[in-house]
Amino acid sequence: MTVTGSRHVGSALDRVDAVEKVTGRARYAYDNAPAGLVHAVPVQATIARGEILEVDVDAILKRPGVVAAIWHGNAPRLPSADEELAVLQSRRVAYRGQYVAVVVAETLEDARNAARLLRVEYAAEEHDVELRADHPRMYRPERVNAGYATDTEDGDPDAALASAPVVVDAVYSTPAEHNNPMEPHATIAEWDGDGLTVHEPTQGASSLRASLGSLFGMPPAHVRVVSPYVGGGFGAKLKILPHVVIAALAAKQVGRPVKLAVTRRQMFAVTGYRTPTIQRVRLGAEAGGRLVAITHDVYEQTSIVAEFAEQAAVPSRMMYAAPHRRTTHRLVRLDVPTPSYMRGPGETPGMFALESAMDELAIACGVDPVELRVRNEPETDPESGLPFSSRNLVACLREGARRFGWAGRDPEPGVRRGGRLLVGTGVAASTYPAYRAPSSASARAEPDGRFTVRLAAADIGTGARTILAQIAADTLRTSPGLVVVELGDSALPSAVVAGGSMGSASWGTAVVRACEALRDRLEAAGGAVPPGGLEATADTTQEVRAQEPFARHAFGAQFAEVGVDADTGETRVLRLLGVFAAGRILNPTTARSQFIGGMTMGLSMALLEESIMDREFGDYLNHDLAQYHIAGCADVRDVQAFWVEEDDSHLNPMGSKGIGEIGIVGTAAAIANAVHHATGVRIRDLPIRMDKLVR
Amino acid sequence: MKGDANTTYDDAAPAPITVDLQLSVNDQLYPVTVDTRETLLDTLRGRLDLTGAKKGCDHGQCGACTVLVDGRRVVSCLTLTVSVDDRTITTVEGLGSGGALHPLQKAFIDHDALQCGFCTPGQLCSAAGVLAEAAAGWPSLVTPRSPPGAGPEAAGCSHDPAAPPHDPAARALPDGPPEPVRLGEEEIRERMSGNLCRCGAYPGIVAAIAEVAR
Ligand code: FES
Ligand code: FES
Repeated sequence: MTVTGSRHVGSALDRVDAVEKVTGRARYAYDNAPAGLVHAVPVQATIARGEILEVDVDAILKRPGVVAAIWHGNAPRLPSADEELAVLQSRRVAYRGQYVAVVVAETLEDARNAARLLRVEYAAEEHDVELRADHPRMYRPERVNAGYATDTEDGDPDAALASAPVVVDAVYSTPAEHNNPMEPHATIAEWDGDGLTVHEPTQGASSLRASLGSLFGMPPAHVRVVSPYVGGGFGAKLKILPHVVIAALAAKQVGRPVKLAVTRRQMFAVTGYRTPTIQRVRLGAEAGGRLVAITHDVYEQTSIVAEFAEQAAVPSRMMYAAPHRRTTHRLVRLDVPTPSYMRGPGETPGMFALESAMDELAIACGVDPVELRVRNEPETDPESGLPFSSRNLVACLREGARRFGWAGRDPEPGVRRGGRLLVGTGVAASTYPAYRAPSSASARAEPDGRFTVRLAAADIGTGARTILAQIAADTLRTSPGLVVVELGDSALPSAVVAGGSMGSASWGTAVVRACEALRDRLEAAGGAVPPGGLEATADTTQEVRAQEPFARHAFGAQFAEVGVDADTGETRVLRLLGVFAAGRILNPTTARSQFIGGMTMGLSMALLEESIMDREFGDYLNHDLAQYHIAGCADVRDVQAFWVEEDDSHLNPMGSKGIGEIGIVGTAAAIANAVHHATGVRIRDLPIRMDKLVR
Repeated sequence: MKGDANTTYDDAAPAPITVDLQLSVNDQLYPVTVDTRETLLDTLRGRLDLTGAKKGCDHGQCGACTVLVDGRRVVSCLTLTVSVDDRTITTVEGLGSGGALHPLQKAFIDHDALQCGFCTPGQLCSAAGVLAEAAAGWPSLVTPRSPPGAGPEAAGCSHDPAAPPHDPAARALPDGPPEPVRLGEEEIRERMSGNLCRCGAYPGIVAAIAEVAR
């Protein structure tokens, strides 16, 4: 496979939509206001399990401005829907916060007030919302997220552990965490005859269109999803969510465009979150640190209405060379909101466990933690036996150690003081698969020398618009300033979601192929663009399916320095430095921002983030941004991202690997390892709170 | 739990109360009729089609809705529109002048201080407020205090355990107008902490503001 020439790819072009964003002109979904719109405010269940007996619709319809109040008793029936999406289709309540009704009114104030006053009667049942590894209803899901096998076993890990000179055996846990993109979910739904148009911030306009089509029993061509700007997603806007269905149902019922904004507080129950995890990791090693066995057993929750099995043990299958390995995933269905994708599902919590365990092993063996990882570098993918298309973890570790000033680190924990602070450093590795999926694109030349590239991709803040313009410019041998990229609309050529860090690789391939086809047409036309313009399209289904078998992954090494207040236990991350090997970096400006953004979310995960389940009421208690803390400006001091050059011709025409998720993977472990180095206290249960350090 | 309701209400349903106002936004006068329950954020976005200010939480917890009222930053989601009819409001749409970007807007682009852009209007208005507050000498929690012993907090430590010790002589004469606060990175981080950015653009935001503050 050839890697395209690179005049513009790899250059630090400013974000092409930056001016729109800094002037407030960028229109996000909720910024639209079609004529005649009404406001919908959903009502959420106040019990965690049971039945809705009655909703007092009549009383609420008498309130000022109220246009409709819809619940199971009077909702239009959906032809088919999975349980999570069968909104207002049943009396059952499967979790607290599930939508049970929606009020539609002329103004937002009227709708909000009416929704607050709507009387809903329930028959509550006993609920069970507590994840325990020994829960009697733990079961083995058929597969885990992204299609991975639930369990794997190679060799005889139990025997290998029994005879290993050094064993680490520990349980790590991560709490429920909520994505909380700054833009809450919002839908504007409008029917026009048989057709439905929704403005919705989504990570995948094509797939949302398909989901809506099948839900409402109509061809996808009758649905249009418009989503030019998305205020962050981090997985929360990847798949269709129930509020979109409610908005569409309500719009159908009242025959007017409906605007529905999910509030920040509502989001905690209805827009997905990362499942809490309980993970047992066992490492068996020779005295010098060479691994002989890895086992990684994961326990997680899902909801009654949908299964989401986070693949947390999957990275332990390919990270290190250990001949004996076992990984398992178990789930329990609880009366809780449905968990879903959150930045780096699988790798993020899984690598917290594995990389914490590696640090414990380094200490047990008396080997430097950087060196330990180098010693366990596999030749080929331990899981599949396939060669890696490229694997530069060692280069990341070495380069990171150099930049960070790792050499000469005293491994002794709890001995460095700077004033009131106990200071320590830690390292962890990161990894994320380099996926690619079929997409299509069109490219068009205008007689005035400008080009337009179209595809239903999403720029959720990643810089997709910018890098696709760079890719197109190189393929068309023009400048990015002459290329307009249109995306975020399901009417454009169908494209895969912005998820799994596969956007650039997937869309970029389609854009290269469409531009190549256009170039051929231009050459055939003698270089002159006819007055009506010239256009070409491409679909990469064949190309992607035919790709050679390789183990394709990005890698990284993260280094952290922390200061822990010796009296209060307050932990501050003084420095965070990551070095990544992710193929060719398409735009150093937007790439650096993405790496740093991921690391910042990892810092946030390490120290702050935790959704606390209220056992009594089955509710995530701290359901707003005052109580669910994410890193603020003062928490983030010195975060730096670098990369090592990788020339990998087995990926895609750009030679790129995805970078949206790897930044968060490994960060929490690096920080927890640094906290141990600083204090001698090993925190195996995130987040690293003061009360866990001061005992 | 039978018969449990989300809440209770009385059946009397008073009609919403509306008020006619003149709002001054970005040097333009807007005559509007608003519901007395309406927030400035909803009025700007819903009635004036100024959708730059964003609703990230509607509870004063994220800063996405930050605008300037008489030059000072406020969270417009916690500001009732009826309370600002005689004030001067500036939103992100009004930061630049004559079609040119405000220096902060330009610096945000130069430092890639944004990703999804959703928090950006709030960050920019907040940053403009910070520049004015610092110029007026308003201290923050991390501003070196002077004179020593003046305030209740003067003897305490910074909330930041890693911060250098205060230099009591660094700022402000005992009498006379306060000296402007120098906006170093720590000052900026502290003052900008009411504006959350889930994309993690903080390093770029701090660098951009520092550049303009210089
Ligand atoms: S929307 Fe006003 S502070 Fe969040
Ligand atoms: S740029 Fe996305 S939240 Fe700040």
